[in-house]
Amino acid sequence: MHTTSPRFKTNAHEALDDAKLQRALGNVPKGFIAKRKKVADALPEFEALRDASRDIKSHTLKHLDLYLEAYEKKVIASGGHVHWAESAADARAIILDICRKANARTITKGKSMISEEIGLNDHLAANGIVPVETDLGEYIIQMRGEHPSHIIAPAIHVNKDEVEADFRRVHTHLDPARDLTEPTSLLAEARGELRAKFLAADVGLTGANFLVAETGTSVIVTNEGNGDLTQILPKTHIVLASLEKIVPTLNDLSQLLRVLARSATGQEMSVYTTLSTGPKRSGDPDGPENYHVVLLDNGRSSMLGSEFEEMLRCIRCGACMNHCPVYHAVGGHAYGWVYPGPMGSVLTPSLIGVDKAGHLPNASTFCGRCESVCPVRIPLPKLMRNWREREFERHLTPSVQRRGLSVWATLATRPRLYRLVTRLAARSLALLGRGKGRFRKLPLAGGWTDFRDFPAPEGETFHAAWAKREKAGREKTGRKETGPKGAGA
Amino acid sequence: MSRDAILARMRRSLGVHPGDVTRRAEVADRLTRTPRGVVPARGQLAREELVRLFLDKTVAVQASCVRVASPAESKTAVLDYLRGANLPMRIRIGADRRLAALGLEADPLVEDGHGPSAGDDLACLSHAFGGVAESGTLMLHSGPDNPTTLNFLPDHHIVVVDADDIYGDYETLLDLVRETYGIGEMPRTVNFITGPSRSADIEQTLLLGAHGPRSLHVIVVG
Repeated sequence: MHTTSPRFKTNAHEALDDAKLQRALGNVPKGFIAKRKKVADALPEFEALRDASRDIKSHTLKHLDLYLEAYEKKVIASGGHVHWAESAADARAIILDICRKANARTITKGKSMISEEIGLNDHLAANGIVPVETDLGEYIIQMRGEHPSHIIAPAIHVNKDEVEADFRRVHTHLDPARDLTEPTSLLAEARGELRAKFLAADVGLTGANFLVAETGTSVIVTNEGNGDLTQILPKTHIVLASLEKIVPTLNDLSQLLRVLARSATGQEMSVYTTLSTGPKRSGDPDGPENYHVVLLDNGRSSMLGSEFEEMLRCIRCGACMNHCPVYHAVGGHAYGWVYPGPMGSVLTPSLIGVDKAGHLPNASTFCGRCESVCPVRIPLPKLMRNWREREFERHLTPSVQRRGLSVWATLATRPRLYRLVTRLAARSLALLGRGKGRFRKLPLAGGWTDFRDFPAPEGETFHAAWAKREKAGREKTGRKETGPKGAGA
Repeated sequence: MSRDAILARMRRSLGVHPGDVTRRAEVADRLTRTPRGVVPARGQLAREELVRLFLDKTVAVQASCVRVASPAESKTAVLDYLRGANLPMRIRIGADRRLAALGLEADPLVEDGHGPSAGDDLACLSHAFGGVAESGTLMLHSGPDNPTTLNFLPDHHIVVVDADDIYGDYETLLDLVRETYGIGEMPRTVNFITGPSRSADIEQTLLLGAHGPRSLHVIVVG
């Protein structure tokens, strides 16, 4: 997929000025945060389940080669096929080949972020195969020619009236006078439109939330049921998944399911959790005749053993972006590639390079909310800091910033000089800002003063104020403890 | 070969050797022992409380439910539901013997269809493999008895589950799947279903009836 991550700053400015987007983004913190908290608080074992989930994923990553081998064996034993793809291009070629062999004209798709990562839809369309997104949010954005702005709520940047306009633009065979003011009528219309497409598709492609090594099973978790219709109706079911989706056993899966929906949508369980193993059995009246799994690496195997390995624990619940003040402000598209929010800020540089995505790990206030809600306890702020360090080491940060940092380093490693300079700065700023107590403009601080006033210091540095306070405290307690004789000791 | 290149790169990254017997033993042990993790206490109850928790949780996820004393009564429960929802007396059923025993087929008032759904059924009837009380979840699996299309294509899905098949947690039900199919073996599709289909993709407003059933009705027997 094309990336605009290098122009994150411009993207962010545009997002902040986009009134429609800002209206839509208002929906992000409203529901997700309270719903997650309520359902997490209602389960006394929730924190223990987060620990268990972290441990399962960490254990699996340390043995990923072996669990993948075990998984592959089981898929083959149940009559399925496993394809290994090193890159996005490999995965696209494999899927196109399967579709061609199935003489596919249309392919229905369950929601898959990996499909976005490899740019599958454009590739299929360019080769004469029509991809049909079936998740309601994905259906809406496919119609708009957009990409998801959230990993579990792909159309969260779109308002209801925009959906109505899109449906009227695209569903031209329906009565133009129909009433679409209620969200339920929009949902009913999409259901009706897609039902025929589900039944007509030659191939169905889904992602996978998990792959289970014990049984060779792929697992999808949805609320709409579109993923299931995608995979049980066509003759061929393709599962597209990245390598790290593996968990060892069905019992491990149960642990992760208990934290996934709670963290994502604040449900105890999503409506449909579906375990698929191989093609339909002899005697089965429905289900696909062919079952293919495409395992995508695309840079992940190199993350193992690195300081970014922990990122591979991610189960794509979206809680980090639901709780992120930066995401709330600019939305998902500003991040410029497939994965937005804190998880994207760590993963994107790993997958497309820190030279292109270096702005993303800098787009954080380091408030730590992402880590505090991550169901598998990924230390996202720490990993973003690692990227900042790498970016600096590789001289990718702009020279002004680098010079600023080296000045800072000179000061910070020389305490006396530091105190002298900060004292002078605080005093002179206090003097200059005497009148209003704030500055409208300040040299070198345009990034701040272009948007809000800079408060004038009160004339004293924190160091000085602290030292004074400590001294006063000592004198006070000294008097209390030792009486008048000890005063001033 | 991409496969070998990927596996080799993983081992290089991890700093491990493919012949390392300790790692292989660890993996083999976990796959055969399948240790349980944290199982919520809320589902560890005596039978009667377990069924009550299941019913409460089922209602909490916007399904409707009714409890009947015997299989004979579940036929009445099915007909009551169809009537109550203003539906024609027409229902699609798989080959499950427990459902055949309800006698819907012999009833002259009821028109019944068999086999998988082609997408034009208003109501389908399935028998669940079991239920999970901790979240009000049903578990069904593919096969001629209860075709998977019946779970997803109708507007109304009616599911019968025996009270004795309701357990506290997913792990216990999955153990039963292992007992039925053998360790490491699975039916093609296992569906955990928790409430009727829904979507919140339009402005985060929760709406029922996205692509799957608009209504889920659960009949607990016993």
